[in-house]
Amino acid sequence: MTGTGQIIRLILRRDRIILPLWAVLLGLVPAGYVASFESLFPTDAERIDYATVSASNAGFVTLYGPLHGSSLGELVAWRAGFLPVIAAICALLTVVRHTRADEDAGRTELIGAAAVGRYAQLAAAVITTCAGGVLLGVVQTAAMVGQGLPVEGSLAFGAEMILTVFVFAGVAAITAQLTSGARGARSIALAVLAVAFALRVGGDTSAIGDGSTSWLSWLSPIGWVQHLFPYGVNSWWPALLALAFTAALAGLAAVLLARRDFGSGLAPARLGPASAPRSLGSPFGLAWRLHRGLLLSWTAGFVLLGLIFGGVGGSVLDIAAGNQELSDIFNRLGGSDALADSYFAGIAAIVGLIAACYAVQAALRLRDEETTGHAEMILSTAASRYAWAGSHLFFALLGPAVVLAAEGLAVGVTYPQGNLGEILGGVLVQLPAVWVLAGLAVLAFGLVPKLSGLAWAAPAICLLILLVGSTLQLSQWFLDISPFTHTPKLPGGDLTALPLVTLTLVAAVLTAVGIAALRRRNIPD
Amino acid sequence: MTEAITAAGLVKRFGKVTALDGLDLHVETGEVHGFLGPNGAGKTTAIRILLGLMRSSGGDVRLLGGDPWSDATALHRRLAYVPGDVTLWPNLTGGEVIDLLGRLRGGFDARRKADLLERFQLDPRKKGRTYSKGNRQKVGLVAALSSDVELLILDEPTSGLDPLMEEVFREVIAEEKRRGDRTVLLSSHILSEVEVLCDRLTIIRDGRTIETGTLADMRHLTRTTIQAELAGPPDGLATLAGVHDFQLDHDRVRFDVDTEALEPALQSLVKVGVRSLVSQPPSLEELFLRQYQKDER
Ligand SMILES: Nc1ncnc2c1ncn2[C@@H]1O[C@H](COP(=O)(O)OP(=O)(O)OP(=O)(O)O)[C@@H](O)[C@H]1O
Ligand SMILES: [Mg+2]
Repeated sequence: MTGTGQIIRLILRRDRIILPLWAVLLGLVPAGYVASFESLFPTDAERIDYATVSASNAGFVTLYGPLHGSSLGELVAWRAGFLPVIAAICALLTVVRHTRADEDAGRTELIGAAAVGRYAQLAAAVITTCAGGVLLGVVQTAAMVGQGLPVEGSLAFGAEMILTVFVFAGVAAITAQLTSGARGARSIALAVLAVAFALRVGGDTSAIGDGSTSWLSWLSPIGWVQHLFPYGVNSWWPALLALAFTAALAGLAAVLLARRDFGSGLAPARLGPASAPRSLGSPFGLAWRLHRGLLLSWTAGFVLLGLIFGGVGGSVLDIAAGNQELSDIFNRLGGSDALADSYFAGIAAIVGLIAACYAVQAALRLRDEETTGHAEMILSTAASRYAWAGSHLFFALLGPAVVLAAEGLAVGVTYPQGNLGEILGGVLVQLPAVWVLAGLAVLAFGLVPKLSGLAWAAPAICLLILLVGSTLQLSQWFLDISPFTHTPKLPGGDLTALPLVTLTLVAAVLTAVGIAALRRRNIPD
Repeated sequence: MTEAITAAGLVKRFGKVTALDGLDLHVETGEVHGFLGPNGAGKTTAIRILLGLMRSSGGDVRLLGGDPWSDATALHRRLAYVPGDVTLWPNLTGGEVIDLLGRLRGGFDARRKADLLERFQLDPRKKGRTYSKGNRQKVGLVAALSSDVELLILDEPTSGLDPLMEEVFREVIAEEKRRGDRTVLLSSHILSEVEVLCDRLTIIRDGRTIETGTLADMRHLTRTTIQAELAGPPDGLATLAGVHDFQLDHDRVRFDVDTEALEPALQSLVKVGVRSLVSQPPSLEELFLRQYQKDER
């Protein structure tokens, strides 16, 4: 462990902007919820009404988790229920960046050759990430107390975030040992998070129905932290569970680290073919090899999402039909058809945004290929820049269409009573918005390659707008920034061509400018 | 004889950094040309301009009779390039990469590939991420050498190769040279590596060409370092024209000698009797030192 301190300082230097940024920003988001709940539901009665509907609304429960009370604090903590997922993503990306990604880049080797212990790099990455989590929790608690909410509840609320960061820092510490590359480590860690989220959703939505599988939530670290129920029962023992789990993960990561060789994973590498198949002879053939794994895993993820959303939609409407009080409320809201419609339209926007993350990731493979030196090798052959970029963009633009369609079809499987055409249409109309975000990534890659990573700001901003947009009464122009604000709300809404055509044109222009800039610039830059 | 590569007054700026500052490079068709310079001299940058990966900020450049920037794809069918640091896709095997690059160039010779794999002792079934630095370099070399092209551009091709493999590389390039229809541009920062292979060389420093010609042309720049154990005192050697930095320690001498003065210097050693003798060829660094001194004068 010698040298951990120095490496921590190195990490803090490299991440001096990004680490405080996510920690503080995420910590401040719930403060916005306080103000908006106070202005939207000033009286207890209004809050109780809202809480009653929300607690049994499967769409809400899917996104935010279970709701058991109606005090201001409980509503805010519940509404912030998606933040642990984002905090978890930040945590695992940070850990992988400073362990596996560094190892891939050879930086670990440089440090490893200096007088530092075997575990120093991993320990430093985990400690720094956890410190970021603590910062996030402290900011959040302070902001809540500052807004006049009870101290114990605010502490529990902050602890939710801290514990999530701890657990997923531990998860990433393990996945960084399993694979032989940063990309694999990130993908597995994200998959673990997706499973944790799915389990939580499965358990929580069952709990508002017949409760037969509500235990699923207890298999999920996200489920644990949400069972602290800040401002309600403030139950602390799930925190102990999360802490013990983190310690176990960290211990396991250390054991795995000791057992593997530098630069490789635990799984031994197998031999492959000595010559290339016929398909591997063009830029497109190569792009297919590089993208197929990504496409396959995103498609699987989207099928899973679709199955969950479809199943949840079905069970909620069943419950509503059997409960007089609930169906009265739903009828006032526009009848159960309208309810199902708005549920699936809401889901479509979320699914579209997730698909945009895939699009950005696939488009930025171009930058990966450039920084690793692969592009230089390909472009020194008869492959043109257009062919090279086009082969990757084919997957960045059409891959999302595949995964969105897969999600829509999967909804149809678990929600057979719905109109499949409308549900499918609802997700597919998100495509032009997805393409705009992909186009921004291409633009960044072409014009300011060193800042390509900025392309991730676009989905982040859209997510922020999606998360806070409906609660904070933000001015329309702010909501209008997100292309997802402009897609038709299907099923239920009107299918208008104008926004779809406009968004597609915007995406086409962004992509074209990006490619034109790529044709003119240095490679590598 | 036609020129495969012509660069005149080539300038490349990266923001405030001037990487190339009026570089001249002339490579004749059919020759093996050494491209020498210390780290950061601008070799890789010049090669990237030749490949149309980067655009020059000034000067003229022609490659195989075309403009490397605007005719890039057409020209690339006729050349093969091995970057200084070959990186492979983690999930593709070495054999797959060789075939892919060959096909992207417009065709390769499978027999030649098999032959080269054997000579370089490279297992093509391994996945990219499991190759060592030297083996990655071999993948790039086999891919380039088995392609049927007119021009090979090799950026520090032997970096990472062990001495045995360096020898194999030399043999292969020597065979290419005998074929006579291939032009090779070979960059390096080790003089001894290029001098055995190259017909001519160009030496650059700080983005500028400082010497070009055959190695024989450059002898006037070079000095050999001699260390010897003698039977008696070497009279008059210290003052001999062309002998520099003379040091005497009992019966041991150490001095640098210009190539022209090598013969009289050795004769005066032989006169007193030589017990042991070590002579070192001039290193690139010494060559530069000479050049500095020449510039200062
Ligand atoms: N993309 C870039 N941006 C800024 N400066 C650069 C860039 N590429 C190269 N340079 C600078 O240009 C100079 C020449 O670099 P280059 O890589 O061409 O040298 P080299 O002769 O290949 O060196 P080496 O023997 O180490 O490979 C260096 O000072 C380098 O820092
Ligand atoms: Mg170089």
